[in-house]
Amino acid sequence: MSLPNTESFDENAEVVLEVENLVKHFPVKEGLVFKRQTGAVQAVDGVSFQLRRGETLGVVGESGCGKSTLAKLLMRLEEPDSGSIRFRGQDFLAMRGEALRHMRRKIQIIFQDPYTSLNPRMSVGDIVAEPFKLHPEAKPAQGVRKRVKELLDVVGLDPDHINRYPHQFSGGQRQRIGIARGLALNPDVIICDEPVSALDVSVQAQVMNLLKDLQNEFGMSYIFIAHDLSVVRHISDQLAVMYLGRLVELGTDDELYGAPSHPYTQALLSAVPVPDPTLRGDREEIVLKGDPPNPANPPSGCRFRTRCWKATDICVTHDPELTVRPGVTQEVACHHAEPNTRVLPQEV
Amino acid sequence: MTTTPPSTPPASGPGAFASSGPLLEVKDLHVEFRTKSGVAQAINGLNFSLEAGETLAILGESGSGKSVTAQTIMGILDMPPGHIAGGEIRYRGQDLLAMKPEQRRLLRGVNISMIFQDALSSLNPVLPVGWQIAEMFRVHQKMKRKAARERAIGLMKRVGIPAPEQRVGDYPHQFSGGMRQRIMIAMAIALEPDVLIADEPTTALDVTVQAQVMRLLKDLQTENNMGLILITHDLGVVADVADKIAVMYAGRVMEASDVYEIYAKPGHPYTKGLLESLPRLDSAETRLNAIPGLPPSLTDMPTGCPFSPRCPYATDLCRNELPELLPIVGQHTSACHYRDDIYHGRLQTPEEAQT
Repeated sequence: MSLPNTESFDENAEVVLEVENLVKHFPVKEGLVFKRQTGAVQAVDGVSFQLRRGETLGVVGESGCGKSTLAKLLMRLEEPDSGSIRFRGQDFLAMRGEALRHMRRKIQIIFQDPYTSLNPRMSVGDIVAEPFKLHPEAKPAQGVRKRVKELLDVVGLDPDHINRYPHQFSGGQRQRIGIARGLALNPDVIICDEPVSALDVSVQAQVMNLLKDLQNEFGMSYIFIAHDLSVVRHISDQLAVMYLGRLVELGTDDELYGAPSHPYTQALLSAVPVPDPTLRGDREEIVLKGDPPNPANPPSGCRFRTRCWKATDICVTHDPELTVRPGVTQEVACHHAEPNTRVLPQEV
Repeated sequence: MTTTPPSTPPASGPGAFASSGPLLEVKDLHVEFRTKSGVAQAINGLNFSLEAGETLAILGESGSGKSVTAQTIMGILDMPPGHIAGGEIRYRGQDLLAMKPEQRRLLRGVNISMIFQDALSSLNPVLPVGWQIAEMFRVHQKMKRKAARERAIGLMKRVGIPAPEQRVGDYPHQFSGGMRQRIMIAMAIALEPDVLIADEPTTALDVTVQAQVMRLLKDLQTENNMGLILITHDLGVVADVADKIAVMYAGRVMEASDVYEIYAKPGHPYTKGLLESLPRLDSAETRLNAIPGLPPSLTDMPTGCPFSPRCPYATDLCRNELPELLPIVGQHTSACHYRDDIYHGRLQTPEEAQT
């Protein structure tokens, strides 16, 4: 249904990041003096994927599905309860002290809100140079200031604005500052947590293009977290759909957008409005009932069954595994997996 | 989704108003903000009209003046610093801006109502939601508490809140984002207004919930034959539900038309650029055609066309002379000196002309 990505990554490229069965539960405590644990919010529950060099993995899901917790686990800003993260074959979770500090340089993050993720009291030059303060061994030979100017130039800002403060920039420009900071230490992986969702449409396209250009130039891998399926389509090579802490569908871009097979993926795709009024009523419309259930008390069996129109008895009793199912090439966690292209805008 | 054809004006409005002309009409509206660092011209000569049962989408980026438009119509603009520098807003022929505040208060919520983007900060956190919905009946219709509560339960049921009898006493924080937005909608439609203004009603919601809320709004509109003004930045939502669209930029309408026309044949470079810069579900193109540059600062407007610094087609004429909003074909209007050429796809950028 679509042309393959022209600037696609090399499928035999080295695996940079390998995540297996990652679990993070946040305890829910009750009681004023004697706290007892009464439950756990299952924010991330058994997530596995591989990320290759130069590849972009899109992670899509609604709020509360655990995608930002996943980002924090990958940065080791939160410690997982179990599971493994291997970075270029090394066990990232076992690292301590100097080794960990060194490794942190290799995974950087770009945040959603360019208004709160930059310190208003620091000049742009100081913000972008801060990574070098934390990692003095990575200080550029040509001098920090020169390198910062170079970085500002790379992300499309005027290097002469190095002494300005964040409030003097617009939202899109601030996001560029955040990107420059993320690039400073030449990371191998950049986690982009909703990097364009706070931006206006016309500026959003500029930032998306910048991210793509930087990847082509420096060959980094991205984990691109978003809730907007049409934004993700333009940048990702692989796509993971998350629901209540679990991956429900994982495959290449073409597989997921060409033949979405999990009912939740189909519902998400069907809910994305397409900017073409002539397509009104042409697509199958799936409007899910209700809200996602409480992650502290997920339903038995399949977590999506309470909102699913295909649910049967087996969905109540058996938790579907994320695996390749008959008739489908990508991995799907559904007993009733079946491709459905009627939710997609039809080719005119 | 089914579309409601713009129907004939309702036979009877609230008795006090003679129904002549459009339901709501905005003429040459000017709004500015007088601040210490200068005068920000938020709205510079805005014109549009709305009929009963019709959905008008006002599309624009942040700072384009779309929310100020909504606040001015509702009469909830902060003044000062806001200042209405000129123009008319006519509701059933009566100029709202010429009315006394007491008169306007009688219209607000009863005839013209509004839904805000952020339901959590728009609801009172220390009062039960049922109380807040019932307040509409108690204040405007002097209804007794018990009867008002019954009506509130009925409304909660209508907007799709499960088990309203049990939840009528719950507080806003006990509801999810989508449910809170439904409560806001219940309050807005409580007194069956003729005009409903929805300011980014689904922006803070997840896509699956967004679809539910938009469908609810559309159903309610059909049921009550309301005129709906949908303020949004989302070209996708507009394509799904609107009848007419007005594209705003720097406080002006750049292009206005029937929704089918504008997507197929945009008559303004800004609209064209927006449509081309949009990431689309049905295209895997890696590069997006971004519009270069940034919207102008409202305190320091460029001379001539406000879009000219970002426009690939701009000429000296554009930089010096402000284009008026003039018709291209029928109801399709555009504020571009080269509106006909853009519309027919005859215009080339300097780079295109060279190659």
